[in-house]
Order: sequence, then C-alpha cells, then structure tokens
Amino acid sequence: MDMRRAWPRLAAAALLVVACGARAAGPEKALSGVLEAIEANRLDLATQRVETLLAAHPNFRLAHLIRGDLLFARARPLETFGNVPKTVPREKVEELRAEALLRLRALRDRPNGDRLPRYLLQLHAEQKHALVVDSRRSRLYVFENVGGRPHFVADYYVTLGKNGVEKTREGDQKTPIGVYHVTGNLPRQKLTDFYGAGAFPINYPNAWDRRLGRNGYGIWLHGTPSDTYSRPPRASDGCIVLANADLEAIGRTVQIGLTPVIIADEVDWTDGAALEAERKALAGAIESWRADWESRDTGKYLGHYAARFHSGEQDLADWSEHKRKVNGAKSWIKLAVSRVSMLQYPRENFVVVSFDQDYRSSNLSNAMRKRQYWIREDGRWRILYEGGG
Amino acid sequence: MTPSTDPRKALAALFAALLAATTVALADDVQDASKLLKSGQHQQALERVNKVLAAKPKDAQARFLKGLIFAEQGNTREATEIFLGLTKDYPDLPEPYNNLAVIYASQGQYDKARGSLEQSIRTHPSYATAYENLGDVYAKLASQAYDKALQIDSANPVAKNKLALVRELVGGAAPAKSAAIAVAAAKEPVKAPVVVAAADPKPATDKPVAAKAGSAEVVDVVNAWAKAWSAKNVEAYLAFYAKDFKTPGGEARADWEKARRQRISAPKSIAVTVESAKVSVAGDDRASVTFRQGYRSDVIKSTTTTKTLLLARTDGRWLIQQERVGN
Repeated sequence: MDMRRAWPRLAAAALLVVACGARAAGPEKALSGVLEAIEANRLDLATQRVETLLAAHPNFRLAHLIRGDLLFARARPLETFGNVPKTVPREKVEELRAEALLRLRALRDRPNGDRLPRYLLQLHAEQKHALVVDSRRSRLYVFENVGGRPHFVADYYVTLGKNGVEKTREGDQKTPIGVYHVTGNLPRQKLTDFYGAGAFPINYPNAWDRRLGRNGYGIWLHGTPSDTYSRPPRASDGCIVLANADLEAIGRTVQIGLTPVIIADEVDWTDGAALEAERKALAGAIESWRADWESRDTGKYLGHYAARFHSGEQDLADWSEHKRKVNGAKSWIKLAVSRVSMLQYPRENFVVVSFDQDYRSSNLSNAMRKRQYWIREDGRWRILYEGGG
Repeated sequence: MTPSTDPRKALAALFAALLAATTVALADDVQDASKLLKSGQHQQALERVNKVLAAKPKDAQARFLKGLIFAEQGNTREATEIFLGLTKDYPDLPEPYNNLAVIYASQGQYDKARGSLEQSIRTHPSYATAYENLGDVYAKLASQAYDKALQIDSANPVAKNKLALVRELVGGAAPAKSAAIAVAAAKEPVKAPVVVAAADPKPATDKPVAAKAGSAEVVDVVNAWAKAWSAKNVEAYLAFYAKDFKTPGGEARADWEKARRQRISAPKSIAVTVESAKVSVAGDDRASVTFRQGYRSDVIKSTTTTKTLLLARTDGRWLIQQERVGN
C-alpha cells in the first residue's frame, strides 16, 4: 500500500507542475489532467482521462506508459514511474519520462501576456508567422506577425537531434542553432512513412554557418511515422520532428522562403517594451546607413561597418577601397529600403537584417534582396556582414 | 391415519418427502460427478452431470460442474455458454463470473475478463479468488499498455500467471436446491467492508504451545490493525507501529506518518482485509506474519497484495517494526 503511492508522489513532485491559467490545448493539458487526478488519489478518474487521451492519440506511448502504471497499481504495488519489467532497458522508460517532464514544463512555462522571444525584433509585412524552437524545452513556438510585432499563437512538443544542438559537422546528429527560414515543402506523398505528414527543409548551413566552416545538410521540420504519435525528446539525426497533426498545423502557417525558423538553445525571453526599444535603436542605425550612402559621403557611410566586417572574400579594407572608387564616380544615389525584417541570432550578438534594396544612381540601378548582420560595437550598431539575401 | 388429519396437508407432506428424496439422490450424483472430475475422469463426470440435468435442467450446481468439465477439457465455447447462462439465471452467484473471466483471460480478452471479475466482486465483495484473478488481469492489461508504450513484446512474468478457476459454488455442501443457493449466496456477503481474518488453522510450525498462543495474539493484532485502517482511525492505526519502525522508503518517521495520514484520510471509505495469515514466532518477543491483504476504497476498486509485518513485543504489546510488500 505504501509503495503503490511511490510514483504518484514522484509524479506530484517531479512531473506535475500545475499550469495555472495557461490557456492550453493539446496533449499537455490532458496529460496534466491525468497526473492531477493521480495526485488527488482519484485513480478511476485518472484512468478515464488517460483513456480519453489515448482515444484521441492511439499511438501516444507516454500515455500508454501511464495507463500501464494505473492498471499495474491495481494489481501490485508500483515501484516507479513506468513500472515495466526489469528486463526492459531502463533508457526506454527514461526517454518517456523525459518527454513527460518536458511536456508538463512547457505547459507551466507557456508564454503568455507580454513574454516574447528576444529574437523577433521585426517581421516584415509578408511574413505572417515566425517559428522559434527552444531546444532545452523541446518546444516549438509559433508567433503571428501583428503589425510587425510577434504575437504568441501556439506551441508544440518537438524531438531534436540525438546528440543535442550546435550542429557543426555532417553526421553529428545535432540540431543547428541559428536563424533560418523554410526553403521548401515536401508533401507526404513524396516521402516515406518515416517523415509522416510531410517535411519543410530549412537553409542550414546558412551564410554564418558556412563562414564558420560548418557543414552537413538536410535539416528539416518533419512529422512522425504512422505508428508513432511522438518521439523521445532527443532522437532525430538533427531534424526537428513534430507530431503529424502539429506539423500539419504549422504547415498552414509556413510560407516558403519567408517564414523564419529560429533555433535557440534556450529561448531568451523579453517583454514588448524592451523589444521595441531594441528595434527602434537598430531601425535608426539602418536609416542612418541608408541616408549616408545616399549622401555619397563615403567616409560617413563606411563608419557603419564593423572592424571585423566581411562580404564574401572582401574584408573591411577591400570593401572600403571598392566603395570609395564606385561612389566617387556618381553624381547622385537614391536608395529605398523596404520589407525589413530583423532577427536576433541566438548565441551570437548580431541581428540578421533582411530587406528589399532599391538602388538607383547616375550610372547604375538595381533592386535586390539584401542581408546584413548588424552587431553592437563600442555601443554603436555596425554591419558585420553584407550580402545577397 | 387419524380423522383429524387434513388430507391436503398429508399430500403436501408426501410430496415434500418425495422431493427431498430426489434432491438428495441428485445431490449425490453431483458430488460423484465432482469427485470424478477431480480424478480427471471427465467423460464419466459429464455423464453423471447430464443425468442430473435431465431431471433438473436448471440446477445451478450441476450446470456449474458441467461448465467446469468443459473448461477443463478446453471446450471454451461450451463452457462460456454455460457460465454465461448461469450469470443470467443466477446473477448473484460470484463463481460463474469468475470462471467466465478465466476463460476470457485465457483467450486474451482481458477487458472482458476484467468486467466479469468486477461483477463477481460486486456480488460477493470478499471474494478472494476474484480479487486475485482481477489483480492478474490488471497486471496483464498493464503489461499490454507497457508493450505499446515501449514498442516491445515484453515477457512480463506476472502475465504468465494463469488465472484460477473456482471449482465449487458457495454453499456447495447444501443440497443442490438451486434457488436456495442463489439466495444463500446473495444473503451472505452484504456486509462488505468487514475484516475477514483467520489464522491458518495449521500454523505451519511445530512450535511449542507458548508460541501458538503468541501466533494467535499476533493475528489479533493484525486484525485490529486492519480494522483501525478500515475505520480510517489514523491515531489507532499509527499506534500499531513501534517507535523504531523502519519506514519503507527510509524516510523520516514524521514524513512517513504525514504521508500515511494523508493516504488514510483522503478516501471516503477504506476496507482492508487480512486473509491466510501465516505467523512465525521467534522467541517470546519477535514475530513475522505474512498474509494476503485486500484493499479497497472509494477511489481504488481493489487490490490484493502479499504483505509481511515484522512485529516485536514491547511492554507486552506487539508493535510493527517493519512492513513489506511482496513475498
């Protein structure tokens, strides 16, 4: 009688984190309901709830494990969470336990009100949504673009690389950290069952990754096999894996080539006011850069570039020499900047700024999508990298 | 015959005598059939039972025995039919539900087995075999859930336990008057949450007389302990534990007591039963008692566990020093 309570107590202490006031949907809420019933010593209610959960998600292994415990408790005293025979490798149970903890923590820590990731400084008008992944929490957050500002709409449990994050090498089974975007849409029909409802590749390795010599390819957001509701927190070869229903849900928000996917080790949260202050400061620096270029005062213009600046093979000296030559030959320059997005790079101290650049001058005109990395240097925003977007 | 005799009364008496004679004869046949079955002579047993059923097709004992014969022969279809029929005609008898559950479980239909065992317990709340079988069914259902959780084919050892068929109807000693059995069975069990405790009649020891007295005392203590628990009388319950009680998880005594208080006060009702208590006494002041503990509450339908209590006599009182679950 004493031991039978062992895991409910464990559940209470370690697993159950009551999500007060979270407007939660999805399996986390249901899971939490099951554990609350166990904690209240209402095992019949708990069983009923876990069975409802399983009716909705028949391949939800974690729910099967908890149902197993609830049944086992009626037969024999429970010794642990996942009271499976000793012959079963303990890691298998630990994986599910880890999933339970992560799902419940996510429910507790759900962003609400004025809690925003520091990364989403500005989305441009056509970017309807942004995806932010917190690897420690095994969570993907969806933000909607409301007048350029992020607004939290949903979050999902995700599986990441077996060996964690900070991908550097092909085959290292890690998920990259950085600012990426969705580059394609591979429908279910084109893939094997392993990828489930479909896949959205992202642009790893990006320009920054390549500069650091990182390699590898084929980092996708994808679904789960048909016999699997969700996979353990660390199980992929580096991809971001979602339950099929969740992948389908984000699929409805994803825009190829537009939707940012920011993968962080642990999301850096801030509030709307701080985000706005940062955005304004950077927007001011960008405007000043634009105006100085237009003014053809090359000295002032080059003052916007960081000492460690690079663009392809060019460093700051090459760039300066080239710009002085080009600008000197012009009698006028008109520069328009539009569709600006500003995304703080996780783990780095620069912001990825992308925009449409409409350049006209006395002897040359061109329109392009441009990408710059802006970094704070000696208290001033400066450009670390510049290239095509 | 005296003139005062009422002829109708006489006739009634005659019929009664005749009826009794037949009943007794048939009861003998049922008993013979039962013996034949025990000695493995299925065919002969079946013949006897059929003979009874030819005269009394509704007879519960005979039908039950016939179901048992079919079950033993592996004729699960016919056995199922008979036990099902019995549950319909005699819904208050727990045994047919139990045996039906055994057959369902043998076919891997654990949910049906569970339902049937729960019926059995509902009709007879202190029915130990059904509790034990239900425990095994839950263990099997748990094992199936674990297999799904871990995507393995586990060899859960408890799953291999075969459930126990009940071989006799309650009141089987009484003449096989089916209606009477049903009534007897229905009457008997209603006092559900009672402590059904009994010392093993042969306390499995060849200890001297003094020890026997000790073992009887220990059983009394265990019964009183279960009674305090069932009554949700936490203070009385905790008083059964020695000062140096070894808490199961090695936690502090105060923490353990706190947890126990919560666990005992949380449910609205608790019923703890003690069965098949086996006591071994070492010296004058040490004893160990192992028993089947039944537990049910308004939140937990039922569980049966094997429990061992180690007790020590302090100042003339037996107090619990250790409490272990399992064998």
